[in-house]
Amino acid sequence: MLSIKNLHASIGDKEILKGINLEVKAGEIHAIMGPNGAGKSTLASIIAGNENYEVTEGAISLDGEDLSELAPEERAHKGVFLSFQYPVEIPGVSVTNFIRTAINETRKANGQEEMHANEMLKVIREKSELLEIDRKFLSRSLNEGFSGGEKKRNEIFQMAMLEPKLAILDETDSGLDIDALRIVANGVNKLKSDKNAIVVITHYQRLLDYIVPDFVHVLLNGKIVKSGDASLALELEEKGYDWIKQEQEA
Amino acid sequence: MDLKEKLISSFMAFEERLDVHSELHDVRTSAIKNFENKGFPTKKDEAWKYTSLNALLKNDFTVFPKKENSIQYSDVKKYFLHEVDTYKVVFIDGIFSSYLSSTTHEGIDVCLMSSALNKPKYKMIIDNYYNQIANKEESLTSLNTAFATEGAYINIPKSKVADKPIEIMFFSTGNESALMVQPRNLVIVGENSHVQIIERHQSLTENPVLTNSVTEIFAQKRAIVDFYKIQNDKLTANLIDNTYVSQKQESSVAVNTFSFGGNLTRNNLNFYHFGERIVSYLNGITIIGEKQHVDHYTLVQHATPNCESHQDYKGIFSDRSTGVFNGKIFVEKEAQKTNAFQKSNNILLSDKATINAKPQLEIFADDVKCSHGCTIGQLDETAMFYMQQRGIPQKEAKALLMYAFSNAVIESIKIPELKQRITKIIANKLGVKIGFDL
Repeated sequence: MLSIKNLHASIGDKEILKGINLEVKAGEIHAIMGPNGAGKSTLASIIAGNENYEVTEGAISLDGEDLSELAPEERAHKGVFLSFQYPVEIPGVSVTNFIRTAINETRKANGQEEMHANEMLKVIREKSELLEIDRKFLSRSLNEGFSGGEKKRNEIFQMAMLEPKLAILDETDSGLDIDALRIVANGVNKLKSDKNAIVVITHYQRLLDYIVPDFVHVLLNGKIVKSGDASLALELEEKGYDWIKQEQEA
Repeated sequence: MDLKEKLISSFMAFEERLDVHSELHDVRTSAIKNFENKGFPTKKDEAWKYTSLNALLKNDFTVFPKKENSIQYSDVKKYFLHEVDTYKVVFIDGIFSSYLSSTTHEGIDVCLMSSALNKPKYKMIIDNYYNQIANKEESLTSLNTAFATEGAYINIPKSKVADKPIEIMFFSTGNESALMVQPRNLVIVGENSHVQIIERHQSLTENPVLTNSVTEIFAQKRAIVDFYKIQNDKLTANLIDNTYVSQKQESSVAVNTFSFGGNLTRNNLNFYHFGERIVSYLNGITIIGEKQHVDHYTLVQHATPNCESHQDYKGIFSDRSTGVFNGKIFVEKEAQKTNAFQKSNNILLSDKATINAKPQLEIFADDVKCSHGCTIGQLDETAMFYMQQRGIPQKEAKALLMYAFSNAVIESIKIPELKQRITKIIANKLGVKIGFDL
């Protein structure tokens, strides 16, 4: 599914990613952990096609297709989804209107018919129930005045609507209280199948109690320095990142 | 002979042909004198610093069009609202078209300025209202006053709700190689009455048109007036709109101006308060490109206590288009507890587009709340990336953001069919096929 080879990227003169290698296969859940400033969100942004970063070396491909020349929307049409750490507020565009436009543009790009209004409403109802989202919420302006938790829940709601092949969840747990965390994680787990893959980016192990990863990677200073199974996350929780840093220096 | 000379020299002959009562002769004569003294405004006038009429006035405009030119309903059908029944007052090259119009005298008057000016039964109303709130010192208003013979006359008596919106339409056919028209509208809305009016000037060919229009609106006690101006004209059409609003106590008047087209558009919008607890709304959306120019010049004269005014103008400028927003709020000493707000938010989509925004607050009362804010920016890139990430292509994402940007003003449209129409025009203007509402 997702294959990242020797990825280097910078913003301005500053190199942030310094040779990332990552293979994610269908049906897998990967967690990327690391301290602030390690480059986790940058990696997520670059996979999604954010043009503020310059890829200086290496390649990203999805199912064998090189993504590097594709615009963000083209990557989205191919099934890449990024749940934003800070979802953007767009006053004047309702959640429903936004998701409807997103779905229909994606279908159009993939040569499919637009989704019929009735079907759209049915799917919206279904998915909003999954994430325990109040229907009134859907007619509000996108993310405007939403609490941190509402914003994140809304991201996962959009993920549920778009059914991506590859979902990258960037700090989806931040700003969530324990109940919201459970709802969001439950939603993600229900969407999981052997056909899609999830990359969870997080500081803390907390979310990984609910979304159990097959692989855990530690990102430090622009490089993946350690990979392991779910137990690595527990170890990090207990010991912090310093021991890995020391291991690196040794 | 330049246009000013042409106008002045033809005035006498024009006036002699008119059969109107003598007071009006005096009104016209003093108006043409004022225009003769002041002439067309130039960039030296503070109020016209950013808008030049020079190039426009080089056209050899015909001031008195030849006789009636008929157009087929099918040619202009698309400019009317269809989903809702309306009264229609329609003019072709400045001349009333009874065929296209749907006027009434049943309970309310929706008819012609020419009959109001000529028929004795309207004399008292004309004496009391005509040219009473229009600025007699302003040269273009004076020019209109000197020559105006036709336009819409709307009188809603006490405690009446106009049962349908009223569409006032001015078409120009290009019959003349260049045409100047000077429509004159008078709207009187009685105590506790309510009316919705849509005004549109539309050129049907590429021949240059200059419209210098004056509209006077009188809102009596507790009257509610919703006025919509749709400006989506050809690139050879020019409009100078002079609108004067007089409000009595507890009345509420909203003038919403949608400027999407035309070559040069100048909106002089003036509100005067005569009573307490008045509310005035001045809303505008401007979306232009190429070398289009739109100038909003507003004035709210707060003369009485406990009144409110809200100005909200959104502008999106691409290519080499230029915009001007000059908003003047004047709060007189007596106008305590005034709430006056003004916003002008602008997005520049091109390095060559310009906006000149100038708030002007003159406050002589000490217990007031006044605010103004002008912003000029580009589209939010983070928001663009967010939308694109969800699969919305750049162009559509841009359009959605711009629509969202103007949404507060779109929401103020009280006629659903008009709201749909404006939304459609905006989608067209932004070159996208997405529906904005669900």
